[in-house]
Amino acid sequence: MARKISMKQAINEALDQEMKRDPSVIVMGEDIVGGAGGDGERDAWGGVLGVTKGLYAKYGDRLMDTPLSESAYIGAAIGAASCGMRPVAELMFIDFMGVCFDQIFNQAAKFKYMFGGKAQTPVVIRAMVGAGFRAAAQHSQMLTPMFTHIPGLKVVCPSTPYDTKGLLIQAIRDNDPVIFCEHKNLYGFEGEVPEASYAIPFGEATVVREGKHASIVSYGLMVHRALDAAAALAKEGVECEVVDLRTLSPMDIDTVIESVEKTGRLICVDEASPRCSIAADVSAQVAQRAFKALKGPIEMVTPPHVPVPFSPPLEDLYIPSAAQVAAAVKRVMAGGRN
Amino acid sequence: MGAAITPILMPKWGLEMRQGTVTSWLVEEGADIAVGTPIVEVETDKISSVVESPDPGRLRRRLAQEGETLPVKALLGVMADADVPDAAIDAFVAAYVVPAAGADDESAAPAHAFVEVGGLRVRYARRGAEQGVPVLFLHGFGGDLDNWLFNIDVIGEFAPVIALDLPGHGQSTPRLPGAALADLAVFVERFLDAIEVPRAHVVGHSLGAAIAARLALDAPARVASLALLNGAGLGPEINAAYIEGFVGAASRRELKPVVEQLFANPELVSRQLLDDLLKYKRLDGVAELLAQLGAAQFGGGRQAEQPGRELARAGKPVLVVWGREDRIIPAEHAANAPPGATVHVFDGAGHMVMMEKAGDVNALLRRHIA
Repeated sequence: MARKISMKQAINEALDQEMKRDPSVIVMGEDIVGGAGGDGERDAWGGVLGVTKGLYAKYGDRLMDTPLSESAYIGAAIGAASCGMRPVAELMFIDFMGVCFDQIFNQAAKFKYMFGGKAQTPVVIRAMVGAGFRAAAQHSQMLTPMFTHIPGLKVVCPSTPYDTKGLLIQAIRDNDPVIFCEHKNLYGFEGEVPEASYAIPFGEATVVREGKHASIVSYGLMVHRALDAAAALAKEGVECEVVDLRTLSPMDIDTVIESVEKTGRLICVDEASPRCSIAADVSAQVAQRAFKALKGPIEMVTPPHVPVPFSPPLEDLYIPSAAQVAAAVKRVMAGGRN
Repeated sequence: MGAAITPILMPKWGLEMRQGTVTSWLVEEGADIAVGTPIVEVETDKISSVVESPDPGRLRRRLAQEGETLPVKALLGVMADADVPDAAIDAFVAAYVVPAAGADDESAAPAHAFVEVGGLRVRYARRGAEQGVPVLFLHGFGGDLDNWLFNIDVIGEFAPVIALDLPGHGQSTPRLPGAALADLAVFVERFLDAIEVPRAHVVGHSLGAAIAARLALDAPARVASLALLNGAGLGPEINAAYIEGFVGAASRRELKPVVEQLFANPELVSRQLLDDLLKYKRLDGVAELLAQLGAAQFGGGRQAEQPGRELARAGKPVLVVWGREDRIIPAEHAANAPPGATVHVFDGAGHMVMMEKAGDVNALLRRHIA
């Protein structure tokens, strides 16, 4: 499958192929058609970072530029989903999700349960997540744990273009509301992607590197930091297994447990704030289900519990690094912090 | 030095292999070994196998360390007769340079090409010698051209080789021209037309063998000879649980025990092999197409068509090879080979005999098409 494309292109291709396949798929969001310096229809900009570029020319009014009011258009997308459409709403930065929590938490996530299973809400909300973009505290958060906490929502955060395309197609075909988290610093990341359509089922983690000494569990951009750490540690004779969760709700904890039962050591790497994080969740589940397999304490590598700093040197310090991951592995190998 | 010294090189298994890891040496330094002796075990991200000695002689040097990852054509060890002085071997090792990737035409050429056949986009590989009747490789149900990764480069050293992804398989368009053997045989004929090959030695594995037999009966002018490896089409039985399991498996956990049935040694099934299969099976349309083809050809554990049993009237040279531990199609079907066929059944191999007994199968193929 020699063809390599970026994660941004993978998102565009998934939207394109699903819009072509299913006329009920519509796309809405701020500036997804034009604006931001383009001169209207002939030079549609395709979103703040150009992810939806080219789709308006193919599908016209099935893409809708919305007013700068997240609560209004996320609500509209959820309403359209409950009436039979398959809307994909782009919310730009996940940080803005706060103004539409009622629509997401209390409506979209609950319809199926409040209406006796008779209502479906096949909406996808795409949003950029993560730090490292020099965009300060209000545009840099990794809010994956907040959505994972809500029953009724599905949460996806891919690390490669292949996974991005297959998981976004699955998200669009899925009959439940899906929060699709795209790390902005992975948009340019390239990988091999088949041209044909394919769907990757939710709740299936992948082992992206095999190893026998320690299991590093992560998702999103941090998978790459984990792989960098594993490559560095391999030179010192420490073989790490790296598990990419891919979807956080549902979560494939079985693959994590299987890996920990093999290695006996767990290091969770999460770009979200440390309290009530994905790392904390995975750690707790492993401690409950595979305590006897553990040869040492579980390590969590996360940012400090502070808002993402605007100062570039501080922001770089804030984001977990491969060196921090490697240091955590070594701590566990040495028997823990004591 | 020169002819008396035989280098043991990192092999190139498959078009995309760039490097391999030496997992273990199977022969001690100083041991005298015969042709075909497994010398060293090598693992790629797809599969592991052994490097066999190309000549008789003594293993004089083990250069690669166990656990070491080296590029294709790196010097792993040196064989030479006992009378070759150590100094000559040291000089050979010192002078050996690993050819850079892309330095020769072979690795610089694109690994695959695509051609349009009857509205379907077909991926194929065409390599090897320029002269002679080409050898066409047809994979089996759910397979792709990478099933031949231990074979096509070796056979390519003395004949032109062509391997394709059958329609609905690998990276060819996920659509079938029809689910009968005749439909698939006609498709292979159209493919040969498209790449302007009038006649070929046809090597078929499993379902590919049944297609090859059908082609030899329906279009004898296109077939120079037949090699049927663990072939369908030679008897009625087939493992229905395997076919249904392969079609139905939706996750790595479900797929692993199914795919393990293909090999006498289930450890050959790597995570990468399963991931690649899942990537294929998840393409839109593939699950339905495999179900359709499986039901049409192998529904209820019976092979619907058995053209291999009519081959006597085709009058072609036929080679039949089987792994005795085949759990998909019983090796007993080898007894139904046409009169005059060369038949080999190997112990220690299952359904994927061309992988598990690659050296032996390559030697047989070479003799068969000579």
